Amino acid sequence: MPRFLKDFLTRNGTGPGLVMLGLVLFWTVGLIILPQLSMLDFSFRPNLPPPEIGGPKDVYTLENYKYLVYGPEGGGQAYNAVDLMVFFRTLVAAVCVTVFNLILCYPIAYYLGQTKGNHIRVLALMLIIPYWINEILRAFALRIIFGETGVLNTILTGIGLFDTPFDFIRNDYALYAGLGYAYILLMIFPIYNVIESLDHNQIEAARDLGAPWWRIHWRVVIPYAKPGISSGCTMVFMLSAGALAAPQILGGPSSLWFTQLIYQQFNDSSDWPQGAAYAVVLLVTCILLVLAIMRLFKVNMGDIGK
Amino acid sequence: MSAGVGVDLENLWIRFGDFVAVRDANVNIKGGDFFSFLGPSGCGKTTILRAVSGFLDPSEGNVLIGGKNMKGVGPNKRPTALIFQNLALFPLMKVWENIAFSMEIKGASAAERRKRADELLEMIALEGQGDKLPSELSGGQRQRVAIARALCAEPHVLLLDEPLSALDLKLRQHMRTELREIQQRVGITFIYITHDQGEALTMSDSIAVMRAGVIDQIGDGKTIYNDPATPFAASFVGENNVFRGKVKQVSGDRVLVQSNRSGELLARVSTANVGKMKEGDSAMIFIRPEALELAKTGTEGDHYVSARVVNEEFEGNVFNIFMEGDGGKEIKVSLPNHGQSFDSHKGETMTLRYDVKNAVAMPAGVLATE
Repeated sequence: MPRFLKDFLTRNGTGPGLVMLGLVLFWTVGLIILPQLSMLDFSFRPNLPPPEIGGPKDVYTLENYKYLVYGPEGGGQAYNAVDLMVFFRTLVAAVCVTVFNLILCYPIAYYLGQTKGNHIRVLALMLIIPYWINEILRAFALRIIFGETGVLNTILTGIGLFDTPFDFIRNDYALYAGLGYAYILLMIFPIYNVIESLDHNQIEAARDLGAPWWRIHWRVVIPYAKPGISSGCTMVFMLSAGALAAPQILGGPSSLWFTQLIYQQFNDSSDWPQGAAYAVVLLVTCILLVLAIMRLFKVNMGDIGK
Repeated sequence: MSAGVGVDLENLWIRFGDFVAVRDANVNIKGGDFFSFLGPSGCGKTTILRAVSGFLDPSEGNVLIGGKNMKGVGPNKRPTALIFQNLALFPLMKVWENIAFSMEIKGASAAERRKRADELLEMIALEGQGDKLPSELSGGQRQRVAIARALCAEPHVLLLDEPLSALDLKLRQHMRTELREIQQRVGITFIYITHDQGEALTMSDSIAVMRAGVIDQIGDGKTIYNDPATPFAASFVGENNVFRGKVKQVSGDRVLVQSNRSGELLARVSTANVGKMKEGDSAMIFIRPEALELAKTGTEGDHYVSARVVNEEFEGNVFNIFMEGDGGKEIKVSLPNHGQSFDSHKGETMTLRYDVKNAVAMPAGVLATE
C-alpha cells in the first residue's frame, strides 16, 4: 500500500476512509472518466442502425474526425469550412469572453478582497443572489434587455443616440454579455480568495517606496493573485467554450456556437459518433490551449487548485 | 546617503469618528535624531507614524518634514520610508529585487539595481544572499532586508513600527544595537514606535511617552527615567513603587507628603511639576526598586519606610524583596547581588531608606497599570 494511502486510512479510520475513497473513486472514475472514455470510443465508430452495432461493419474508423476537416464525402468542397469556422470562432470568442471577464472582475475582486467592512458581505451577497435564478431564465432576461424593443434600445433611441434600434442579438453583443455575465462569479471568487489573503501592508509598503497604483498591481498584487487569476480564467474559458444555453438563447440566427453543432448531431441527426468526435475535438483543443497558456504565464497545475 | 531632516508635528489631532486617537500633539524631532514614541498598545503612536508617512490625513494640525508642510503629499511622494511591524517584504520577489524595488520604480536598469542591492546587502552583512527569496531567510535576516529596502529609497526619515516585536528576546537585544549602529552610520532621522521601554531607552536620543492619544512627556531616556513628568510616565517606564498621600508642606522643589501608609515622606518635586503642588493636594511619590536600601530596623524619619515583608525572590543580578504597600500594591526593593548572603526576612517588618533626590513627587494621577 502506498504511504499516502496508509496515512489517509490511519488518519480517518479504515472504515470511513474506505467509504470516502470509494465515493471519490466512483465520482471520478464512474461519473467522469468512464463516460468520457465511452464517448471517445463512440467517436471512432461509424454511425450504424442498432441491428448492425457489433456486426461486421462496426469497426474503428477516423471518418468522424475527417468529417470535421473535409466535410461530407463528395460534398464538393475541399474543407468543411462551415464547421471549422464555427469551431475557431467559438474558441476565439471564448478567449475574448475570458479576457473581458478578467478585466471586469479583477477590480471587483480586488475591492472585495482588500476592503474591510460589512458592506463587503452585502456586495458579495448581491453578486451571489442572482445566481439562484436559473441560467436559462437569466439568458432570457438578457434577451429582454438587448432585444430590438428591449430596455437598452428603448433608452438609446429615447435619448437620441440611435435613430433606429440596434440589433444587439444579431451582432452577438448579447451573446458575449450573456456569457460574460454567466461566469462572473467563477472569475471573481478565485481571485477574491487569493487577494483577500494578501497582506495589505505589502500594498502600503510598495506605495511607501514610491510605486504608483498601476505598478503596485503589476508588481505586487497580480503576481500574488496569479493562482486565482489562472483558475478563474481556466474555468471561464472552459465553460464558455462549452456553453450551450447562452448561445442558444442569445446568439444571432446566423452565428452558431460549436456546442450547438454537437447538440444538433446528438439530438437532431441522432449521429452520436459524429457528435462524440466533435465533443472530443473541442475538449482536447481546450485542454491543450489552457496548458499552453499556463505554460506561457508560468503557472503550475498545483496553483490552480489553490 | 541623504542627511536626516527634522520632523515637526504641530497641534496634531487625529479622530476616527468620535474616537480621538491623537490629541493635540506637538513634537519637534531634530534631524538625524533617533526618536521614539513609547506607549502601551492603543495609545495612538502607530496613528502618529501613519500620519507622518502619509497613509493617514490628520483631522487637524500639520505634519512638517524638513520644514515643509506635507498636507496633500501622498506616501509615495514623501521623503520617508516605513518599516512595517510584519516587515511586509514582497514574498514573490528575490531579496535583491525587494531591496531595489524603489529604484525599479524610478526606472533604474537591472544592473544598477543589482549593484546597489549588493552594496546594501554588504552593509547588512548578508552578502551573496540576494538571490534567495525572503522566506528562505531567518527572522533577523528578514529584518535587516526590510531596513535595506527602506534605506535604498534614500529617505530623509526612516519610520519604524515596532519592527522588533516579532523577534525572540536574544535577537531583539542584538537588533537594538544594530539598529542604533545603522542609524548612526547613515545619519538620517529615525522615528521608532515601541511599547517596550527597554528598546526606547537603549536606542533613542529622545523619547515621547504617550497615553491614550496624549503625549505625556518628551525627553531623553535619563530624564524620562529619573525625572518623569506624570504618574503614567513614572509607572510605565521601568518599575516604580508608588506612595500616595496628601501634600503637607512645600518648600522649593522639596515636598513633604503625609502618606497613607508609610508616615511622612520627603521627596523631590519632578521638574515638570515644580510650583504645581500645594498643601492639601493629593500627591504621588515614586521610588524605584533599586533606589531603596535596607536600613537598621526601627529607624524613623522623613526618608525611611517601614513595611512587612511578604515575599522574596532571587533573580540573579538582584535580590527582590516585596513588602506590603499602598492600595494593595507591593513595594518592590531590588538589592544588587555583590555575593553577600541574603537572609530571609519573610513576615518581619523591615525599614528601608532612600535618597530624597531619588523620590519623585507629583500631583496624583493615572498610573500605567490601572
